[in-house]
Amino acid sequence: MNGSEGVAGAARWRAHAPHSALSWQRAGAMVLRYVFLLRSSWTRIIEIIYWPTMQMVLWGLISRYVLTASTVLHQAAGLFLAAVLLWEVLFRSQMGVHTMFQEEMYARNLGHLLISPLRPIEMVSALLAVSLLRTLISAGSAALLAIPLYRFSVFTLGLPLVAFFANLMMFGWAFGLVLCALLLRFGFGAEGLAWAGIFALTPISGVYYPISTLPGWLQPAAWAFPPAYVFEGMRAVLLKGEFRADLFLAALSLNGAYLAIGVGLFLFTFGVARRRGLLLQVGE
Amino acid sequence: MESFDIEVQRLTKRYGDVAAIVDLDFSVRRGATVALLGGNGAGKTTTLSILIGLLVPTSGRVTVLGEDMLRHRYRVLHRLNYSSPYVDLPHRLTVKDNLTVFGHLYQLDGLRARIGRLSEELGFTRLLKRPFGSLSAGQKTRVVLAKALLNEPDVLLMDEPTASLDPDMADYVRAYLQAYQARTGATLLLASHYMQEVERLCQDVVMLREGVKVDQGPPHALIAKYGRQTLEDVFIDIARKRRRPGEAEDVPPPPPGKPVAGNGGGTRSREAT
Repeated sequence: MNGSEGVAGAARWRAHAPHSALSWQRAGAMVLRYVFLLRSSWTRIIEIIYWPTMQMVLWGLISRYVLTASTVLHQAAGLFLAAVLLWEVLFRSQMGVHTMFQEEMYARNLGHLLISPLRPIEMVSALLAVSLLRTLISAGSAALLAIPLYRFSVFTLGLPLVAFFANLMMFGWAFGLVLCALLLRFGFGAEGLAWAGIFALTPISGVYYPISTLPGWLQPAAWAFPPAYVFEGMRAVLLKGEFRADLFLAALSLNGAYLAIGVGLFLFTFGVARRRGLLLQVGE
Repeated sequence: MESFDIEVQRLTKRYGDVAAIVDLDFSVRRGATVALLGGNGAGKTTTLSILIGLLVPTSGRVTVLGEDMLRHRYRVLHRLNYSSPYVDLPHRLTVKDNLTVFGHLYQLDGLRARIGRLSEELGFTRLLKRPFGSLSAGQKTRVVLAKALLNEPDVLLMDEPTASLDPDMADYVRAYLQAYQARTGATLLLASHYMQEVERLCQDVVMLREGVKVDQGPPHALIAKYGRQTLEDVFIDIARKRRRPGEAEDVPPPPPGKPVAGNGGGTRSREAT
């Protein structure tokens, strides 16, 4: 204890830009927090890579079998593999958001975070950044592994791959933020929903088959979500060699709306949690 | 002119039909240490939660460092901090990693030196590389206190600041808080069940029961007012709704086979201490 410093000494440690509405340093601090977590837990790192790799291996083998009988698949040998790898982008991006948020709930750390100058929108930025990082590691490693294993490179999709990736990331973020809002509002009672939620969309996303395969009454529901446009676009590139800008733009527009809903719901739920005293109650 | 760092006016928090606090009024002078006292469910944590912005009141007004906490809390959050053994830090992160993250959240300069100094002063330098979850309860309390002191807050709110500490370390922490306050002129508001701690640290005490303020004053004045010898006796009187000397008592029936603490000073609880 150094009593000689005096009151002026306190200012030495103080913030340089305390009133800024959005601070990248504070958002960066949260990214650092998640990197520290991953660094401290090899099981979490393995989990990031394990599932997409398993999916890719499984669907690679199925593709090999189907190739012997299907003319369509002869024309586009990597259809299933591309589909599974892109699906992993969507799955991992939404998971990257809500699992990181769950980590704060498990750690009972939300109280400390929210009495710091960290703003909810900065927390959202950090969750999205970490989600991008996790998705690049997980889907990227599976995509790279597919090259020596099946002589299939999803990177041959070229620039359209960037468009698909961006759209799926955005929808994953929106979906993940909605799940975070549910977790905040309903606690760990919503945990099962968080893990299983995205699978409810699989049948109508046209991941492995065209949307036209679905019953007529179900097709409008499929077109209400961006993944349907992305996977149709993927098939257009692989089967016809054309990039459908109309599908890309439709997905992008929908994603803008869904992302706004996701962020809005997340921030709104924070307000509800502050009124109901939920922020101090979350925990294991 | 007196200036107040914390001002609470007609503060009420209801959860449906249940009132957690009702029409609470109190102020804390700049540089003072004040305790919120009361039994379980008296409204201490609710009050602290509203003061730090984690909870929105049903009605009333809260001003901290001159800012309305319901409307402009981000203007002052970098000058506040909070310590509670009931709000954890991430268990998997090391002590140093945890403090580093919070240091960046407060956008502090010279963070490494700050962490080094606090860890030295609070006696956990050798624990810096240990995961927070592997620490004992007392060690965690010290680390959480260090987190609360990282930004050298002007207003420090504490829930049970010495919970789980052995008497030696608890004494050290109390002395540390007194020195911190003398050095920085900070305002301290704490909720505690350790009456000796309150008597030693606090210039003023707000007594709560069932969400209502029942009394307020310096510890020695409350002791004199209730005709008692310790603050613990006053606490028990208020918790059990006993009246001051000369007033009719409203005492709940004693547990079977146990004597009731008398009204003349020699209470069981005091004898035990």
